[in-house]
Amino acid sequence: MSANHDGTTLLEVRGLTKIFGTLTACDHVDLNIAKGEIHALLGENGAGKSTLVKMLFGSLEPNSGEIFWNGQAVRIASPGAAKKLGIGMVFQHFSLFEALTAAENIALSLDDGSPISSIAAKARALSYSYGLPLDPESLVGDLSVGERQRIEIIRCLLQTPQLVILDEPTSVLTPQEADKLFETLERLRSEGKSILYISHRLEEVKRICDRATVLRHGKVVGHCNPRQETASSLARMMVGNEVKAVVRAPAEGIETAPALLDIRALTRKPATPFSIPLKNINLSVRAGEVIGIAGVAGNGQGEFFESVSGEVLQQDAASVRIRGKDAGGLTITGRRLMGAAFVPEERLGHGAAPRMKLSENLLLSRHATDGKAFVGPGGMVKSAAVYAAAQRIIEAMDVRKSAPDPEAAALSGGNLQKFIVGRELDRRPSVMVVNQPTWGVDAGAAAHIRQTLIELARSGSAVLVISQDLDELFEISDAIAVMHNGQLSKPLPIAEATFEKIGLLMGGAEPGHAEHTLETA
Amino acid sequence: MDITVNILLTIATAATPLLIAAIGELVVERSGVLNLGVEGMMIMGAVGGFGAGYLTGSPWIGLLAAVAMGAVFSLLFAVMTLSLATNQVATGLSLTLLGLGLSGMMGTSFVGQPGERLPNLDIPGLTSIPVIGRLLFGQDPIFYISIALTAAVMWFLFKTRTGLTLRSIGDSHTSAHALGIKVIRYRYLAVIFGGACAGLAGGHLSLVYTPQWVENMAAGRGWIALALVVFASWRPWRVLAGAYIFGAVWIGQLHAQAFGIPVPSQLLSSLPYLATVVVLVLISRNKRLTMMNTPASLGQPFVPDR
Repeated sequence: MSANHDGTTLLEVRGLTKIFGTLTACDHVDLNIAKGEIHALLGENGAGKSTLVKMLFGSLEPNSGEIFWNGQAVRIASPGAAKKLGIGMVFQHFSLFEALTAAENIALSLDDGSPISSIAAKARALSYSYGLPLDPESLVGDLSVGERQRIEIIRCLLQTPQLVILDEPTSVLTPQEADKLFETLERLRSEGKSILYISHRLEEVKRICDRATVLRHGKVVGHCNPRQETASSLARMMVGNEVKAVVRAPAEGIETAPALLDIRALTRKPATPFSIPLKNINLSVRAGEVIGIAGVAGNGQGEFFESVSGEVLQQDAASVRIRGKDAGGLTITGRRLMGAAFVPEERLGHGAAPRMKLSENLLLSRHATDGKAFVGPGGMVKSAAVYAAAQRIIEAMDVRKSAPDPEAAALSGGNLQKFIVGRELDRRPSVMVVNQPTWGVDAGAAAHIRQTLIELARSGSAVLVISQDLDELFEISDAIAVMHNGQLSKPLPIAEATFEKIGLLMGGAEPGHAEHTLETA
Repeated sequence: MDITVNILLTIATAATPLLIAAIGELVVERSGVLNLGVEGMMIMGAVGGFGAGYLTGSPWIGLLAAVAMGAVFSLLFAVMTLSLATNQVATGLSLTLLGLGLSGMMGTSFVGQPGERLPNLDIPGLTSIPVIGRLLFGQDPIFYISIALTAAVMWFLFKTRTGLTLRSIGDSHTSAHALGIKVIRYRYLAVIFGGACAGLAGGHLSLVYTPQWVENMAAGRGWIALALVVFASWRPWRVLAGAYIFGAVWIGQLHAQAFGIPVPSQLLSSLPYLATVVVLVLISRNKRLTMMNTPASLGQPFVPDR
């Protein structure tokens, strides 16, 4: 596992500074990346990681500072210039075109002018050789987040870069997929390539990274060898103080508690030729418990969430029951009025309207359930009350922002997620359904979100969490069910669940025939 | 038989300017820019084409002038919306208003003057073939340009790398920028191409359709072209179908009116619009296909953050 870098520096950054208005996103950042090393860039949301890599990739221009590539001072004026130097990037907020196929998306970032069919063949071959299977003909709009990320990675690798920047790459992968990715990264390192790895998952940073640079509030606060640190010492450097471990109080009397969310024989035909049909799903979530749903991206979790939340209505009203009443025929608002709350996977455009302020987003999702508090006589909005509630949520969830009431799109992904989860928690819902609660959220904030979900359950609510992060599910769930190809397994009580069992179910093995096969996507 | 041929020829003549203007606008919109100034660019092409033809005595110079006039006029729109990031809807509307006024002023001395007409194709031995000779080998040159242009745009958009890049910009300019694609440069070229096409369509009006200058002679064709692009869900062959359906019903209702069919003439005049919309809506029922073809960033100004 030792780094095979020869110590020569590939990329060096001195005093890089970027100022947005009154916010100094990066403040005299120094960084150097050697040839053939995996270098971690650690930091909380809003620490300036994304700003830094955008400057390295040429999509932002630094206010001051210098960048050296192979010892030469360079100015990276555009992403094109970065690519020419040999810098490849896998974005966190994917830069893919939804209306185009995977192959077309890949072709767009290559400048060699070869025909799409040969690019598709190359992409397919490369994707299989790196264990990231990909169908080049599929339309990106139909793909899950995990599958989209594969396209980004393959696209980047096809450009044969010297330095690959990965922004939170494992946040949407299964353990098996993540292992494959790590193999890929180690293979790239052995080929002499350098990797800048941005993550907040400390265990994986410890596992694969040779060196780490830690950012806090735009400043470099330390360099270290992650292998010589513990997860908690890394977290301390990142956050500046201790991260509290999530405490899961024992759930008591769950067996006799009423099922607040009851899903009975939920079946759904595929809406598009590419979506997954749901097959006879049965699940009860009782007051006081957290049930987790694991699964490889794109196995019907999205369709399941749509059906449970009411984004798509059911033919059979009894297939979704909330607090003992049929809700299958009700819209999202109808289900919210019954005491349910929902947090979708996609933050921008789904969980929040990007160009609207946080307070406006709050009103959009709660005008019906909290009509009395937020809407006055004649339908007039009580702006002051909405604003105050938004500030309350911002405070409770520690949302970091640049203005008192910014547009949703102005927040970093993790901070917006904190706000969206907080917006729903603030209602004290009796049924809470969350899809990917902490995707792209840093350690401190993720622990906070997880803890609040557990506490919500223990105070008597039913909580259903769909997540691709197995660590998270094991941390918070009382039982874990696995979704595979539109079918849901029986929930496995947490005491009986192991990573291996769940991983095999995610791969499609029948329970009991776990030795069968392990096959991802 | 002769009557049928004549009717088919008039349909082609009616459809050609719509097709050319719409194909140009299709390319503009595929790049994510909404230029509502088609009517204005068209009328500028018409006055420029007529004027150049009238002053030089050559309809061919008129043709070039029409194209150049449309392109230069669209450059004004491009500078405003792309470099200065003004609102595309407002800028496009003012381009139309400016074009209508400016062309009227420029054309005052041309009113009532006889113009030059582009000669029809005449290939000895071929054009004289009964029925198909005149249809295939005896039309005006702009008709052939319009068909070639449609085929070329289809090939460009869906078979070339540059066309793919253009479509990607229309889908998401932020993603395109992140990949290092020069969004603004592509859009400039697309807008100028659209302007040149609108100018050519205008030239067809004043050099072929009715070789004279009449104020406001585009008569709403630019707006029809705009609607065709949307109802054809941004696909070239559907634009062609739409333009010809419109042309056919338009000519049909003119004949119906001439025969004195007891249907109010206003109703007949509205038929081409109705028929085109109904047909195009019917062929665009596939939601998925429509979603795939709609430029998602249409009309949004692009300002890269640096």
